Amino acid sequence: MTYIAKPKFRHPDLEPNTRGFTRRDYEGKVSTLCAGCGHDSISAAIIQAVYELDLEPHRIAKLSGIGCSSKTPDYFLGLSHGFNSVHGRMPSVLTGANLANRDLIYLGVSGDGDSASIGFGQFAHSIRRAVNMVYIVENNGVYGLTKGQFSATSDKGSKSKRGVVNHDAPIDLVTLALDLGATYVARSFSGDKHQLVPLIKGAILHHGAAFIDCLSPCVAFNNHEGSTKAYDYIRNHNEAVNRLDVIEPRETIEIDHAPGTLEIVTQHDGSKLRLRKIHPEYDPSDRLDALAYLAERQSKGEIVTGLLYVDPGAQDLHDYQNTVAAPLNTLSDSQLVPGSSALEKINASLR
Amino acid sequence: MTDARINDFVVKFANVNGSGSASANGLFVKSILRMGVPVSARNIFPSNIQGLPTWYEVRVSEAGWLGRRGGVDLMVAMNPQTWAQDVKSIEPNQYLFYDTTKTLPPSAFREDIRIIGAPLTEICNKTYSDPRQRQLFKNIMYVGALAQILGIPTEIAEQLISEEFASKPKLIDANVNAFHLGRSWAEQNLAPLDFRLARADKVGDRIFVEGNSAAALGAVYGGATVCAWYPITPSTSLAEAFEKYCKKFRTDPDTKQNRFAIVQGEDEIASIGIVVGAGWNGARAFTCTSGPGVSLMQEFIGLSYFAEIPAVIFDVQRGGPSTGMPTRTQQSDILAAAYASHGDTKHPLLLPCDPGECFEFGALAFDLADRLQTMIFVMLDLDMGMNEWLTPPFKWDDAKKLDRGKVMTAAELEAGREFGRYLDVDGDGIPYRTLPGEHPTKGAYFTRGTSRDEYARYTEEGAAYMRNMQRLLKKFETAKSLIPKPIRRDAKRRTPYGVIYYGSTAPAMDEALAALEAQGRHIDALRIRGFPFEDSIADFIREHDPVFVVEQNRDAQLRKLLVNECEVHPARLVPVLHYEGAPITARFIVQEIAERMRAQEKLPHSEHAK
Repeated sequence: MTYIAKPKFRHPDLEPNTRGFTRRDYEGKVSTLCAGCGHDSISAAIIQAVYELDLEPHRIAKLSGIGCSSKTPDYFLGLSHGFNSVHGRMPSVLTGANLANRDLIYLGVSGDGDSASIGFGQFAHSIRRAVNMVYIVENNGVYGLTKGQFSATSDKGSKSKRGVVNHDAPIDLVTLALDLGATYVARSFSGDKHQLVPLIKGAILHHGAAFIDCLSPCVAFNNHEGSTKAYDYIRNHNEAVNRLDVIEPRETIEIDHAPGTLEIVTQHDGSKLRLRKIHPEYDPSDRLDALAYLAERQSKGEIVTGLLYVDPGAQDLHDYQNTVAAPLNTLSDSQLVPGSSALEKINASLR
Repeated sequence: MTDARINDFVVKFANVNGSGSASANGLFVKSILRMGVPVSARNIFPSNIQGLPTWYEVRVSEAGWLGRRGGVDLMVAMNPQTWAQDVKSIEPNQYLFYDTTKTLPPSAFREDIRIIGAPLTEICNKTYSDPRQRQLFKNIMYVGALAQILGIPTEIAEQLISEEFASKPKLIDANVNAFHLGRSWAEQNLAPLDFRLARADKVGDRIFVEGNSAAALGAVYGGATVCAWYPITPSTSLAEAFEKYCKKFRTDPDTKQNRFAIVQGEDEIASIGIVVGAGWNGARAFTCTSGPGVSLMQEFIGLSYFAEIPAVIFDVQRGGPSTGMPTRTQQSDILAAAYASHGDTKHPLLLPCDPGECFEFGALAFDLADRLQTMIFVMLDLDMGMNEWLTPPFKWDDAKKLDRGKVMTAAELEAGREFGRYLDVDGDGIPYRTLPGEHPTKGAYFTRGTSRDEYARYTEEGAAYMRNMQRLLKKFETAKSLIPKPIRRDAKRRTPYGVIYYGSTAPAMDEALAALEAQGRHIDALRIRGFPFEDSIADFIREHDPVFVVEQNRDAQLRKLLVNECEVHPARLVPVLHYEGAPITARFIVQEIAERMRAQEKLPHSEHAK
C-alpha cells in the first residue's frame, strides 16, 4: 500500500469543521511504516485533535529528528510546513523556529532513541527553557529503522526479539520532564485514542512546554513475549489516573453527573481541561506529588497514564525573553536597522 | 632630546592576569591616540581568570603601521613570574622599566639594556591603606610615570580618566591623583628616553574598536534577530556585544520589549540547531564560535547546505587542533569551514581584515545567507576579534534595504504562481522558499536532509539526486558574484612576483610590502576577501609566478583551497606560514619573502633574474 499516492477524493459526507476543513484535509502522505505500527495511531490522533480544535493547518509547524517516529510528520498535516531535521536535534530546531515566529503552533515529534539517547540533552534543555510546544515522544523502547537495538527507555530485564536481555537502567522521560519544569506532562498509549486525542488537544492549547510520552509498540521488533513495550504488556499494566476532556474557550461546560470525581483546570487561553478522576487521590496540579505517585506505581510495575501534571498559568520562553508581540520574522528594516546617524554616534564614542 | 625618535617605538606591559592592569594600559593607549598618533595594541593573555601572566603590547607608529612589529623598546615589567623572559625580549640598548621598591641582584638585569624604574609599591603603600587600591593605583601610577618620560600631555590623560569614570565621579579624583603621583616622581627622578611622543595628525576619523564588537554591531545592522551561542574563547565577546547593542537599539520604545532573542545554548550543537530552526522560519539568525564549536556543528552545517537554510556563523579562530591554544590567534579553520560537514559540501566564507570589515561583512553575511539560502561563515580571528584596532569608521547607507532573498508570498501563491521548493526557475541555482504559516492551502513543503525532487518530494532516485547536487553547484557559482571582490595592489614596477593574503595578516602585510619595496623587491599583492573565489583570483595567479601565500596556520590552508578550487599548479603557490600563536609581524614576512626571492634569483636560467 505504501508505494501508492494517496487518492485526493474524499467521501462527500465528510463533515467540515468551523474552518471549513474536513478530517481528510489534515492528513498527510501514505505512511511508509509497518502495518500495525503504533506511530500511525498517534498520527491519526494528531489529525483528529487538530481537526477537532478547528485549527488552520498552516498555523502549525511540525518538526522532528531522525527515526521511525520522526518520519511520521510526513504522514499527517500535509498542508503544514514540516522539518525532518537531524538525529536528536529536533528540540533546538523547534526552539529556533519558535523564536522566529511566536504565533505558530509547534509540534515536535520524536522517538525514544531520538530523545532519550542522542538528543537527551536537547530534550532536557528545551523543556528547561519553557519553549511553547507540544513535544511528543513516540516511545517503543527500540531502534526500529536500524532493526531492533535496545533504546534507553527499554526496561531493565526486558528481552529483545533475538532474546538478548537489557541490563541498563531505563530512562523515564515523564519523570524527567516533570523534574525539568515542563508545565504540561502526560503519558498515554497509542492504542488508546480516547485518552490520547484529548491529551494532544490540551497540550496544543497549553502555553508552555507540553510533553507527552506516548507508548507505541513496535510490531516488527518489540511486540513479543518478554518485551515491556508490547501491546499486551501495556494493556495489562496501564493505570490511567484520569480521563481528559478539552473544552475550548468558546464552548460551554456541560453539567457533569459525577461532580465528586471531576476537576476543571482553566488554561492560559481560557480553554478548560476537564479531568475525570479515576484515582481520586491523584492531584495533577502538584508536581512533587505527581513525582512521588509515579515512582510508587512504577515500583509496582504499573504504567501510569493520563494528564500527570499541568500548570495552567505557565510562562514560556518568549515571556522570559520579553520579546515583542509581533513575530521576529515580520519585523521591518526600520524596526531592525538603527541607521547611519546612530552609527555616527557609535563612531564618535570609539575615538 | 633633539634627535629622539618620535612616535615610533614598542612598549610592552608585563602584568599579572586579574590585577586591574587592563584599564591602566587602555588609558596609556587612548592617550596616544588622542594625540593623533596611530597605535596598535595587542593583549597576549592566558586561559586563566587570575594569577597567570598577561602582556599588553603597544606599538606606536606615526607611519601608521598597525601590525605587530616584534621586539620591545620599553618593557614595563610588573610581573616577577615572567621577569627573566621579559628582560630577555628587550632590544639591545633599549629600556627596562620596573618597580624599584625591592632591590634586585645585578644578575637579574642585562648589561646591554638601559634600566629605569620607580618605587611604585613604596609610594602606593605610603599613600593608600586598602590593599586593592594599592594594587589598582600602582597601575595608574606607572602610566603617570610613562606619560612624563614619553610626553603624554596631562590634560589628555585627565580628560580620558574623567570620561572613563563619568558614572562614578568619586573615582575620577582618585585616579587623577594616582596618575600625578607617578608623573611627579618621574619628573623629579627620570630622564627622557631616546624616543618619545609628539602630537601628530595621523589618526584622522578612524575609530578604535574590537572586531568582535564590530561584527556584533554588523549583525544588528544586518537585521539579525536570533542569536544562539555557547561560551568559547575568543568568540564570547561577540555575543556579549550583540546583547549590548540590541539593548541599545532593539528595544521597543513604547513596550520596552525586545526585537531580538538571545539564547545561551547548552552546547554548540544546540546553538547551531536554534539558528537553523530560526533561519528556516524566516528570522535572521547567527551563532558565534571558534574552531572546536565549528567541529561540533558539522552535521547541522551540512543540513543547512542541503536543505538550503539561511544561517550565519562567526568563527573567531584560535589555535587548534583540539583545544589547541585557546587564547592565541591563528587562521586555521579555513578548510574546516569551507568544506564543513560530510558528503559533498562547500560554504561561502567572508574574510574581513579589520574591525571595519567585520562590521561590513557582519551585516552582509545575513543578506548573503538569505539570498543564497545557505550557511555563511564570517572568519575572524583572536587577533582582530579581541583586540582593539584602529580602523576606518563604520559606514551605513540608509537607502540600503535588507535583501530577504527569494521568498514566495501568500499573494503570489494565491495568484497561482508555481512553487517548487527546489525548482531552479531563474537559472541561478537559487530556488524559492516559503515560510511556515504563509498560506492556508498552498506552498507548504516538507524540509529534510534526505534527497528529494524539485517539489520537495522524498526520492532516492539517482537522477533526481544528481540534478539537485548539480543545481547546488550552480548556486555556488552564483555566489562568486556576490562575495566581496579581492583587493589588488600592484607594485610600482612590473614584477613576476605576487603575494596573496587575507584577514588579520593585512596590517603586517601593508608594512612588509613597503619594506620590501624599500629593498627594491617589488611584489603585486592580492587580498582575498571571500570564498568561493571569483575568477580574477585565478587570473592573478596565472599572471604571477611564484605567488607567495601568506597565512597564519601550519598547513597552508588557503593555499590548498586555491590549488583545489582554482585548479592551479601547486608549485606556483609558495607558502609563507606563521603559526606560533602570536600575530604575524612585518619583520617575519619581509624576512621570509626576501629569502625566497633571493633563492629564486640565484636559480640558473631563472626567468626572474633581473
